[in-house]
Amino acid sequence: MLSYWERSSTARVIPPARPRKLAKVPFVELADGRLQGVVSSGSDIGRVYVSSVAAGSYAFACSTNNNRPCGGARGSFCNHIGALINESVLQYGADRVVRYLKAEVPEGEVDGAVLASAMRSTRPEADTTKAAASVFSRFLRHLTYLEHAPATLPLPEMQFFPPTRAVA
Amino acid sequence: MRADLLAGPFDGLDEALEAVDAFDRALVAGLLRPQPAGAGPARLADAVVGTPLAARVAEAAAKAAAGAAGEEHFLALAGARTALLGSVHDALLARVEEAAGRSHGTESAPPAAPGAAENVLTAARAWLSDLARCGWQGLDHEVVSGAAEVVTAMLPDPSLRRLATLLDGFAAELAASCPGASAERFPVRRWADLWSRGMLLTVPGAVGAPVTGTADGRLLPLGIDVQEHATAAQAQVHAVFEPADGSASRLVRASVSVPKPDTVVGAGIWQLLRPHMSLLAAAGEGRSMDLTGMPVTAEGDLVWSDEHARTGEPAEAFATARVALPTAVAHVTAPLDRHPARLAVPVFLEGYTASTDDDGVLTFTVAGLELLVDTDRVPAAGPLTPEAVGTSGACIALVRWDAGAFHVQPLAVETTVRRKVTAVHAGAWAGGTTDKAGVRAEKAATDAAKVLSERAGRLLRK
Repeated sequence: MLSYWERSSTARVIPPARPRKLAKVPFVELADGRLQGVVSSGSDIGRVYVSSVAAGSYAFACSTNNNRPCGGARGSFCNHIGALINESVLQYGADRVVRYLKAEVPEGEVDGAVLASAMRSTRPEADTTKAAASVFSRFLRHLTYLEHAPATLPLPEMQFFPPTRAVA
Repeated sequence: MRADLLAGPFDGLDEALEAVDAFDRALVAGLLRPQPAGAGPARLADAVVGTPLAARVAEAAAKAAAGAAGEEHFLALAGARTALLGSVHDALLARVEEAAGRSHGTESAPPAAPGAAENVLTAARAWLSDLARCGWQGLDHEVVSGAAEVVTAMLPDPSLRRLATLLDGFAAELAASCPGASAERFPVRRWADLWSRGMLLTVPGAVGAPVTGTADGRLLPLGIDVQEHATAAQAQVHAVFEPADGSASRLVRASVSVPKPDTVVGAGIWQLLRPHMSLLAAAGEGRSMDLTGMPVTAEGDLVWSDEHARTGEPAEAFATARVALPTAVAHVTAPLDRHPARLAVPVFLEGYTASTDDDGVLTFTVAGLELLVDTDRVPAAGPLTPEAVGTSGACIALVRWDAGAFHVQPLAVETTVRRKVTAVHAGAWAGGTTDKAGVRAEKAATDAAKVLSERAGRLLRK
C-alpha cells in the first residue's frame, strides 16, 4: 500500500525558496552536483563573481564572469564563496544545503558559517572543472524568466502545483 | 451542502485507482523493466478493455513487457492512464455537484483540433520517453537536464506555455531528487500524473482552450486561488457571472499566470500578476466588475483583457456566496483536462464544527462528515491564516479531491474579531494592501525584483 504522500497528486516535493535580500548574491542554486551561484563584486558594479562548491568533495572555484580567477580563492574558500554559502542557507534552509553537499556538520544549529567551516576543515582542493561559464549561463537563463509576459489563457496544469505555507 | 454524499462509496473507483497504481509503480523502475504477470502496463491495458483504446494499449503493454516499447507506445499508455483518471474525475465531479445542488451546462467542450507538429513538441516527447525508460530510480542529472533546452525553447511562445510550465516544474522536482538510486521514496502518483500529462500535451493540437463566445454582464468574485512552483505562478479568480441578457448566472474563472525566477515569492508574485488583470484588485477590494465582450471558453474560463472590463459596485463575496452561488450553473471540463486534481468546485459552507487535532490538522465537520481542510494551500502572502480558518463560522471554499478523499480549500472565511463578524480573504493582498505585514512583504519583494531587473538590464542583450 502506498503512503498518503505517494498517493497524492499534489504531494509537495520542494519547498519554495525563502525570501532573502538579493543584492549581494543575486543567484544561488543547488544544481549539477554543486552549490553554485553569482556574487556581486563589492567594488565594481559591473563585475560579478561566479562561485561554486562541489557536493561530496567540496572542491571550490571562484572567478569573474570573464574568467579571471578570484585572488581570495587560492588555497581555500574566499569571501564570495562564504557569502554564497550564507545565502544558500537563507534561501533553501540549512538542512537541504547540508544534505545536497553531503556535508558533515556538528550537531546543533547550523548556519552558513558553521557549514563553511565544516567543509573548510576537510581541506578541499580547488575545482578544476571550469564550470564558471555554464553557471553564468544558467544565471542569465534565470534572469530571462523576468522577461516573459504574463498570460491570461488558463494553465490547467498549474492545478498540480499548489502553494505551501511550509518553509525550507 | 449535502456533505454526506461526499463520503462515498464510488462504484469502480478503487479498481480504477488500482490499475493506475500498478502502472505508476512500473514507472519507478522504468517502463521497459520486466513486470510480474498482470502488473504494470498490462494492468492498465486490462482496465481499458472494451474501450476504443483497448487494442493500442494492449499492444503498448506487450511491447513494454518485451522491453521494446517506443514513444508511440508510451503515449498510448499515458492516454489509457489519463482516460481512467478522467472517469474518476467524472464520478467525483458528479457527486460534488449533487452535494452542492449544482447543475452544469449541457454544452460540451469542443474536442481538441489537430495542430501542426512542432520540433519542440517532438523534443519534449523524447525527453519524457527517456524518463520512462530510466524510471525514477534511474534518474540522474544528465537525463533531467535534458528538459532545460526544451523549456527554454517553449517559454516565449504563449501557445506552448502549458507544456513548458508543466515540464519546468516537473524537471525541478526531478533534479531535487537526483540521483534516483539513493532516494528513499518517490511521489509515485504525482510524477506519473505529471509525466502522463506532459506526454499528452506533446500531441499537436492537444492544447487548445478555444474561445467559444463573449461575456457581457456583471462579474461577482468569490475568491482567489493561487498555484505556484519555483519558476511559475498562476492566480485564478472564481466568480459568479450574471449575463446582461438575463439568462442563468454561471460559474466562471479568470486566470493570469507568469513564469518567474525562483527568488520571486510571496507578495512578489502578486506584483508580477497585478498589472495584467484589474480583476485581482477588484476581488481583493470586494468589488464587482462589468464585462463587455470578454472572450470566454466552453470551460467557463474568461480570457481576460482589461479593455473588456470596468470596475463596478461593491460586491461582498459572502453575499455572492449566499445568494448567487447556489443557483449558478457550472461549466464542463475539456475532455483531456479531466483529472481528479483538476476538481475545484466553489461552495459555501456554514454551520460546521471546526476542530484541530494534535498534529495541527484542521477538519470541518459538515452534516456529520469530517472534511479535511487544506490550509496549506492558503497563500502566505495574505491575511488569511490557518488559525482564522479554525475559528471561522462560515467559509467560501473549493472542494477538491486528492489521495482518496475529498477536502476543502478555504478561499475566505467569516470569523469573529472583537465580537464583530469579519470576512478574511486568502487573496486580499492581490491588488495591494495597507496591512502592516503586507506592506513589509511588498517592500521586500520590490527590492528583490529591482536587483534582478537591474542585473538583467546590465547582463542580458549585451
